[in-house]
Amino acid sequence: MNGDWFLSWISGAILYAAPLLYPTVGEVLGQRTGMVNLGLEGLMLLGASTSFALSVRLGNPWVAVFLGAGVGLLANLIYAFLVVKRNASQLATGLALMFFGLGVSALLGKPYVGQMAAALPKYPLLGPRSLLFRYDLLVYVAFLLAALAWVFLFRTRWGLQLRAVGENPAHAYAAGISPARVRLAAACVVGFLAGLGGAQLALGVTQTWSEGMTAGRGFIAIALVIFSRWNPLRAIVGAILFGGAVVLQLQLQARGIGISPFFLDMFPYVLTLFVLLLWGRGVRHTAPASLGRVYFGTEERGG
Amino acid sequence: MDKNRLAAGSFRLLLHVVLIVGVFALFLWANGKDPIQAVRDTVRINLLQWRGLWGVMVRMAPLLLTALAAAFPFRAGLINVGGEGQFFLGALLGTWAALNVPGLPQWITVPIVLLAGAVGGGLWGWIPGLLRARGWVNETISTLLLNYLAPLIVGYFVFGPWRAPELAIYPQTPEFPDVARLPALGTTRLHVGFFIGLLFLFAYWFFIHKTRWGLEMRSVGGNPEASRRLGVPVSRWVVLAMVLGGAMAGLAGIAEVAAVHYRLKLAISPGYGFMGFLVNWLAGSNPVGIVLMSFVVALIASGGFTLQITQRIPYAAVNVLLALILFVVLAKPASGILAKSLARRWKA
Repeated sequence: MNGDWFLSWISGAILYAAPLLYPTVGEVLGQRTGMVNLGLEGLMLLGASTSFALSVRLGNPWVAVFLGAGVGLLANLIYAFLVVKRNASQLATGLALMFFGLGVSALLGKPYVGQMAAALPKYPLLGPRSLLFRYDLLVYVAFLLAALAWVFLFRTRWGLQLRAVGENPAHAYAAGISPARVRLAAACVVGFLAGLGGAQLALGVTQTWSEGMTAGRGFIAIALVIFSRWNPLRAIVGAILFGGAVVLQLQLQARGIGISPFFLDMFPYVLTLFVLLLWGRGVRHTAPASLGRVYFGTEERGG
Repeated sequence: MDKNRLAAGSFRLLLHVVLIVGVFALFLWANGKDPIQAVRDTVRINLLQWRGLWGVMVRMAPLLLTALAAAFPFRAGLINVGGEGQFFLGALLGTWAALNVPGLPQWITVPIVLLAGAVGGGLWGWIPGLLRARGWVNETISTLLLNYLAPLIVGYFVFGPWRAPELAIYPQTPEFPDVARLPALGTTRLHVGFFIGLLFLFAYWFFIHKTRWGLEMRSVGGNPEASRRLGVPVSRWVVLAMVLGGAMAGLAGIAEVAAVHYRLKLAISPGYGFMGFLVNWLAGSNPVGIVLMSFVVALIASGGFTLQITQRIPYAAVNVLLALILFVVLAKPASGILAKSLARRWKA
């Protein structure tokens, strides 16, 4: 009995980790180029609502998921344009993007509240009879992606260039790398993965749409980036930890334990804060040096 | 020469406004609404009628204070994105005071209630301030996370121990006694909270520019290392700036509850905390700019509610319009000081 409970907990933790892992891995890459994006929450919501609406309309969850991710990418081009081309404040741009995603997703998703969408098909990990560890393909891909992102960042030439831009754009520029181009490419990846995370949440995990359904996952992803110290492999640990917190809270609620559901709902956020607290010291030395700073370019602009 | 530049600047500003309204109109049209009627309704109801204008000012009240919630920490080099959570915790503690004061006259009760609200918000600012001062957690991320905790705490009390027995359907507290309500101006809806906001804007300006403490706080924001070597207690200012900011947002929260809703419930904020952050950023932390930008944002929010009724446009459209405006402002090179330059023109 107890073993069963533990297995279902692990099984759920992995399921809830996946939609968080996508934006976290994306944001690791983005922040490695020196960009903080507080708009992840908005991008996830956009991905979730568009993919859900499309899945209801088209009946094909795969097309819906990828179009949802594409919408995330398109929306993040606004961020990329403002931050890279116009040197706008990253924090303000990110928050504006959050409002944008919040509003647009609510408007788009309004007719689909309470509807059923074609969900992503599940593939059991432990043979066809087991009810546990049944995931859609995107869950498996999420973990694979985190590993690939690690290889990309730390074992390829492109990854090195990307990190160089994040550490010191002027030096990278001197070495023949275009910081603007690297950041634009990274922003596309951030948008696509955040949208994909939202889409997977809507079509693979909750299988419903409601306004603001990501419930702060975009912000938690940013916290996990700090927790993971800008390392995609450690992001897996963070995502599973958060997923485990969510599932534990759901299980306790289902068992009718005498704690208010409001307090149980707090658990994932408190855990995230607590984990950051324990890991927070010394983080500053691992953070990309140019994180959050505006890069004005090295050449003199006409004045 | 300078006059030419001013003219060019005004022209560009006008162009931007037209651009934003155009994009938004297109967006409404795509959603099957009548954009021209929408703009006409917004202007007619919210600007050309006294009642509507008072309504806009009622919405300005929380924005003035939540903008200050970002402004105080900003001067100390901190990013407080937690106005939303501090707003809720202020409302919570203020409500506790309002429902538990023994029969005192209004002129004592109201300050007690407001003070409790400020303490609640200040507490919610103190946590990230302390975490930052010790170098443990960055205040941007901790305030964002605390935003999600505060409404859950309010939810616990509103659904649980404080739930009004007479209205079983709606989870909300009993009504505030008359002595705990903020008085309004004459027969209008404009309440004292608006003037408290203006008062604190003045106090903010005085504190930052005319006192030694303000100078110390700004020096912490400018160069913490140099300040430390000159003997400025840097971490104490970091904590204090966050507490002051939190207190402002808490005050906004309890003022909103005690003057508009008269009872605590979950639906007390359409995102006032976040909006205040953006108001402060648009205004470049300048007090006059905060008043101007609060007015603009309050007008947009009021317009959103108007359109919800007249055209059945969901309130979420307001967030889209707000975001579009911000995008256009951000796209201006050297952006963010739009209101500051407006304020300068105002003085000239």
